[in-house]
Amino acid sequence: MSAQAIIEAKAVSKWYGQFHALKGINLTVHKGERIVICGPSGSGKSTLIRCFNRLEAHQEGEIVVNGVTLHGRMSNVAAVRSNVGMVFQHFNLFPHMTVLMNCMAGPMWVKGVSAAEARHTALKFLERVRIPEQANKFPVQLSGGQQQRVAIARSLCMKPDVMLFDEPTSALDPEMVSEVLETMTGLARDGMTMVCVTHEMGFARAVADRVIFMDAGQIVEEGTPDAFFGNPRHDRTKVFLSQILKH
Amino acid sequence: MLYPDTVEAEVLVHKLWFVATMFGIVLLVFMAFNMSGTGFAELMRPVIGEPSTSGLYGRFAIGFSIAVIFTLNVVLIGFAPLKLQIGIVWLELLLLFIAFFETFHLSLPFIREKLPFLISQGVVTTLYVSAISIVIASVIAVAGAVAKLSNNGFAYAIASFYTSFFRGLPLLMQVYLIYLGLPQLGFVINAVPAGILALSLCYGAYMTEIFRSGIQSIDRGQWEASRSMGFGFALTMRRIILPQALPVIIPPTGNQFISMLKDSSLVSVIGVWELMFLARTLGQKTFQHMEMLISAAVIYWMLSICLELIQSRIERHYARSKVR
Ligand SMILES: Nc1ncnc2c1ncn2[C@@H]1O[C@H](COP(=O)(O)OP(=O)(O)OP(=O)(O)O)[C@@H](O)[C@H]1O
Ligand SMILES: [Mg+2]
Repeated sequence: MSAQAIIEAKAVSKWYGQFHALKGINLTVHKGERIVICGPSGSGKSTLIRCFNRLEAHQEGEIVVNGVTLHGRMSNVAAVRSNVGMVFQHFNLFPHMTVLMNCMAGPMWVKGVSAAEARHTALKFLERVRIPEQANKFPVQLSGGQQQRVAIARSLCMKPDVMLFDEPTSALDPEMVSEVLETMTGLARDGMTMVCVTHEMGFARAVADRVIFMDAGQIVEEGTPDAFFGNPRHDRTKVFLSQILKH
Repeated sequence: MLYPDTVEAEVLVHKLWFVATMFGIVLLVFMAFNMSGTGFAELMRPVIGEPSTSGLYGRFAIGFSIAVIFTLNVVLIGFAPLKLQIGIVWLELLLLFIAFFETFHLSLPFIREKLPFLISQGVVTTLYVSAISIVIASVIAVAGAVAKLSNNGFAYAIASFYTSFFRGLPLLMQVYLIYLGLPQLGFVINAVPAGILALSLCYGAYMTEIFRSGIQSIDRGQWEASRSMGFGFALTMRRIILPQALPVIIPPTGNQFISMLKDSSLVSVIGVWELMFLARTLGQKTFQHMEMLISAAVIYWMLSICLELIQSRIERHYARSKVR
């Protein structure tokens, strides 16, 4: 592919103490690409995407985000992070601020945008995730699905080049999963670059350009959704798919 | 307030067994005291005759009347709505206290004469010594808490040495050490700054621990979320972590403020003319100790009440984001 690479991971290894959590990961995320990462629990999916904005440190290999190499002594980590949106499993909204303020905080305090403009942007993205009417509530007053959509809007307000999702729907009740997935599908359709850890295989099939299967800290298999679901090559992938598609 | 159940519990003070027990206990207690010399016994004269000769019957009658009044009072208060209940009980307890102070036969003119000076000199000194110390202690506490949570060895060592030392020594000793010890090192220090320094350092040490535990109580996800948006350490601390830690920090900090207000009386030992110092000295010449001590006590209490009110206001402010 000739498109510009937004995230490039080369032979990335990470240890938690003695435990080898990532074992030589190679992955390139191109502009506009939608990547879904799946794999059994403990396989290192969260660890990997948390390395992409250096919430976690890797010990070997190289990660380049938007042309900036991530390492322990970098001085511009904030600039890199503010261009990489992240949505967490447990939302992690700021509970002491209103929904609107959650969305305005980043642009105002990090990018130095004026309050009026931040407010305008925030309302635009809240509209986009279809909860503008909740703007003045506090996060606890919203349902899980609404909170997650606010979290997405909060990230979007930073106008990131890429969005990372770490199991955004797995803490939600079933009836709220679809509203969040719809929001994410909308984002994908608008061309947002996305790396998404999820076990929602319907979503993966519908929007992913590539599906990546991880096990025990390694990328075992990757391919287009059709190839991945229709014709998995590795036994571990087959076992995993048969387990999650059973439900 | 506790999270109330939707099923109303029966009112305790309207249960027969409770009322009967209460009545019995009050009756016995007041029979055990010899009340025959009191004003209440005088009021009972039509029933019991000459109080001092009324004997067991007199004691019983007095105890019985008091028990009836007491029990009736409690049962009636039980019917009132919550706010009114709180008000009445406060008022009654206050009246009891006033009755207690009445028994000292305080000289009101003497109080009236000395009170302006007690306030203009004593209260003002107490207030500014405490206020400055509170501000300094809070600043120390934030810095200390951050240092204690950092993985910088120097910062941690200094902060933990500091909290250990100043929590480990009696405040009175710290006051002496600073006032008498610093001049030996060549820093001659006045009584008021010495007192402020001692109070700030001591309370800063306690509050460091309060702030540290408050900061630690915040979920790691909050750090991650703000970091992932590009917030630096100072911004995360100031805008995300501390505001959320405050509701946890405020109740024990309010405690510390109130306690500091009163512990500022310890600086009287180095001759600072604050409330306690004046209360002890103003009445000395004429042996009217009680007048000044009680006035000072009331003043301390009222100042503490102000702090309590401020604390509850702030707590209510921070409760907003928790209500559904
Ligand atoms: N802070 C940590 N300290 C030590 N080990 C950790 C830490 N975080 C994760 N691990 C280990 O690293 C491995 C990968 O964890 P990770 O959270 O990336 O898994 P995951 O694929 O996201 O799993 P899940 O689907 O359960 O979220 C796990 O075995 C986990 O026990
Ligand atoms: Mg995970």
